[in-house]
Amino acid sequence: MRSSFNKFEEAVFRFLMIVSTLVVLGCLFLIIGTVLFKGIGSMDLDMITRTPQGGYYLGKEGGVLNAIVGSIVLTSSATAIAFLASLPVVLYINIYAGKNSRFAELIRLSLDFLWGIPSIVYGAFGFIIMVYFGISASLLGGIITVALFILPIMARAMDEVISLVPVELVEASFSLGSTRIETASRVVLRQTLPGIISAILLAFGRGIGDAASVLFTSGFSDRIPLSLTQPAATLPLAIFFQLGTPFPEVQERAYASAFILTIIILIVSISARLLAARFRRHTIQ
Amino acid sequence: MTAKRTLKDLIAGKAMFLITAGCGVLVLVMALGLLIRAWPIMQIKPLHELLFSVSWSPMKGDFGMLPFIMGTLWVTGIAIVIAVPISLLTSIYLSEFALSRIRELSRPFIDLLAGIPSVIYGIWGVIVIVPLVKGRLAPLFGVSSTGYSVLAAGIVLSIMIFPVIIHITMEVFQAVPAGLREASLSLGATQWQTVKHVVLRRSLPGIIAANVLGFSRAFGETMAVLMVAGNITKIPGSVFDPGYPLPALIANNYGEMMSIPLYDSALMMSALVLFVVVIFFNVISRYILHRIRLRIS
Repeated sequence: MRSSFNKFEEAVFRFLMIVSTLVVLGCLFLIIGTVLFKGIGSMDLDMITRTPQGGYYLGKEGGVLNAIVGSIVLTSSATAIAFLASLPVVLYINIYAGKNSRFAELIRLSLDFLWGIPSIVYGAFGFIIMVYFGISASLLGGIITVALFILPIMARAMDEVISLVPVELVEASFSLGSTRIETASRVVLRQTLPGIISAILLAFGRGIGDAASVLFTSGFSDRIPLSLTQPAATLPLAIFFQLGTPFPEVQERAYASAFILTIIILIVSISARLLAARFRRHTIQ
Repeated sequence: MTAKRTLKDLIAGKAMFLITAGCGVLVLVMALGLLIRAWPIMQIKPLHELLFSVSWSPMKGDFGMLPFIMGTLWVTGIAIVIAVPISLLTSIYLSEFALSRIRELSRPFIDLLAGIPSVIYGIWGVIVIVPLVKGRLAPLFGVSSTGYSVLAAGIVLSIMIFPVIIHITMEVFQAVPAGLREASLSLGATQWQTVKHVVLRRSLPGIIAANVLGFSRAFGETMAVLMVAGNITKIPGSVFDPGYPLPALIANNYGEMMSIPLYDSALMMSALVLFVVVIFFNVISRYILHRIRLRIS
């Protein structure tokens, strides 16, 4: 009697677990599928080759080239800055300070906290910085804010791979007379290149998809930004604004813009995996 | 030659230390920046009035944030109620029952779910969840709703935090020593009994930490919520009512905030509230996770 109940319980939970897993994965396919399906119908060449023309937000012709270029320029620059800041951090705590040292743990903790802070708070903080330095809403403001926002994402992902480098490898390099910076740049960096590239792409993907951090800071413009001080449109905000208009034609374009953004995100995540696999053959197993 | 190399090493070390230290104090700088900007309003209005008054009309100088705080709590509460069982069951399945091939295969998909931009979740919510709430769920309970409701926002949010909870919970499960599972199985326990009495019991603190992190992620999520929650300044009375979460308030009003006195300060204060709550939950869960990691090593 008891054992048949146990069997029943196990079967019920097994069923629930499989259903839950299917729900989670199903949501992913449903979201991507819906956005791609809805978007493809409204896609045309104008969307990616033209900027908004007069009356675009009332349904007249044009595209979102301004937002595509804005997003890519803004996020690439922010990713470059975040990389220049997070690489030294990760190398320092792992090679100079020692990966299990108190200092390293403290920095990891603070990166974890930074990772947990919502992007809207980064937006507000970026806004405060801009007011302090007298920068108006511009490409530059957006770059600074997004760089801060993706810094912990990139640094944590890099730390995850760099802290896994075998101690023996580092010690072998030291024993051959290399200094710490030589070990860091010629041994550790080369060994972890696949992981570092994935970390960069991961951060780029997060940065390009985030709207709340650029809402205050990068402004919005129908023109392609030509200098750091001009306001720049971004894709997530273009989606948000177009969906918010009362005109069905413009809302259709929000779907098309969402299609473009989703494709970019898919390309970034898939190439992160492929590149990581490709560079892996240069590492010592 | 050696001197030059050593010098290079030292200079690089110093420069890297400076960047690292800067990164370490960034949290404090953010807190300070938000506090300074929120200070003007905190000086004029008592804190309890700001946090617990329901009257919000910036033109008249009333800045009671309770409707927004309640909006956030409703939305986050619904999200966590949906997300906890589903992500826990998924984590158990993937980590304890599924073939390792299925586990490895599902990992990139869960990562991808975490990588979808929130504005895409938002637009999906508008296309799928809002009509679902309006056309199916609300009539089921005999209520009429526009669909733009705390329920719709909660559902969208719950999907957004699945990957956060699943990822950490699975790591917590992996940290349970295999010997414990084997001991239980060798005593004749079934796999489910082993999970129930050994794995879950052992990893309970870690599971709590994972869900607290999921909660804090949902708490600050902005764009998706902004797009589906309805944004009406009133404390929601039911799940079918619209709500106005705190992050949506900040995002929606940045444009006009500089033109009304104290308005920007009030919005910065709401950002500070978000910051403090999120850091608080992060401290709790990081502490728990840190203790577990200590126990492992």
